[in-house]
Amino acid sequence: MNTNSQFPIPNSRFLIPYTLHLADNTLILAQQNSAWCAHGPILEQDIAITNISLDLIGQARNFYQYAAQIINNSKAPSPLERAGGEVATEDTLAYLRDNREFKNCLLVEQANGDWGKTILRQFLFSNYQYLLYEKLQQSKDEQLAAIAEKALKEVTYHLRWSSEWVIRLGDGTEESHQRMIHAINELWLYVDELFNNADYETALLKENISVDVSSLKNKWLEKASAIFDEATLQIPQNVFAQTGGKQGFHTEHLGYILAEMQFMQRAYPNSVW
Amino acid sequence: MQNISKEEILSILETVTDPEIPVLSILDLGIVRDVEIDSSGKLKITITPTYTGCPAMDVINMSIRMCLLENGFKDFEIKTILSPAWTTDWMSEEGKKKLKAYGIAPPNIRQQVCTPELFYEEEAIQCPRCDSYHTQLISLFGSTACKSLYKCNNCEEPFEYFKCH
Repeated sequence: MNTNSQFPIPNSRFLIPYTLHLADNTLILAQQNSAWCAHGPILEQDIAITNISLDLIGQARNFYQYAAQIINNSKAPSPLERAGGEVATEDTLAYLRDNREFKNCLLVEQANGDWGKTILRQFLFSNYQYLLYEKLQQSKDEQLAAIAEKALKEVTYHLRWSSEWVIRLGDGTEESHQRMIHAINELWLYVDELFNNADYETALLKENISVDVSSLKNKWLEKASAIFDEATLQIPQNVFAQTGGKQGFHTEHLGYILAEMQFMQRAYPNSVW
Repeated sequence: MQNISKEEILSILETVTDPEIPVLSILDLGIVRDVEIDSSGKLKITITPTYTGCPAMDVINMSIRMCLLENGFKDFEIKTILSPAWTTDWMSEEGKKKLKAYGIAPPNIRQQVCTPELFYEEEAIQCPRCDSYHTQLISLFGSTACKSLYKCNNCEEPFEYFKCH
């Protein structure tokens, strides 16, 4: 896909990790969701969760293509040096970077668990992503703004779908209610990281390229509270917050995800189909 | 290819169809945003994806390329832009009629439901077969990224609805 951004880009030092962070969030969540393919609770929902994966992969492709373009057009050290890649492409960025180079939030790499946990993870993330893209549309970086503008419409559907499921399961049977409480307990410690600016986000704030994610938290909580109220669920208070993903320090899950996702390119370098 | 008009290019592009909804041409869908011919005769076509992850876009890009080559064009460029983002409002009236005749309910006017707040308002979707509005949503997501699943309570047929965007 071609883009119409102008080069050279002055902020490549921070713009590369920022764009990769946005890309990694969507790719890793897409990869996790896609494991539901042919395992969804009913056909329609199997299709729904894999459709969401497809949307997220589409977003990831746009971000990776842009990141590759910046890397190839700048003198910044390539995140691919260790992999021996000379020219960055969307594929090399997805398939040839290591665990520590991924900058996704810890939330998106958490295990699928049961349907309730997958739903909750999607809701927590879509709620965040909606607010993030709404702001990113106004980014001074035209390409990031364009990707956000395009993807926001899709995220609206993800948010609606996951909200409805949180309500259905929370306010469903005793069993589904308990499972949602369990999911909340397992995932809530990864929520705060969404709203902590990483160094690359802070650095790009001055030029109005990045979004100040700390400013999204109140609106996010408002929405989460409204949905949880309807779902007869409680927002946990004073939960320990685990962070680090945005700097490349991940939970054990990411290693397994990458091992599966990158296997073909690692075992048969440059293979195509 | 000197002296070819924009209208002639458009009539050539009219023959390129969406691989997943073959009754619609890329012009019906509103994917083609611009056709330019510069003074040296070089042709530039600007397209925009319907959905970010739409797998049909790669095929459509290739189809445009093939179609232009078949029609004798050699010097051309196909450019993809993301902004302004595609909306179902760009689908032609003709396209909406073709969709309905094909059995897919065409998208409603976008402003009705495309914000999270308005989203909770139930949208009235007309059955493409019997025209009844007595229909129900089965699933927000359908066989492709651009469609949701509905059922008509009147004629009892299931049908797909092209989501508003």
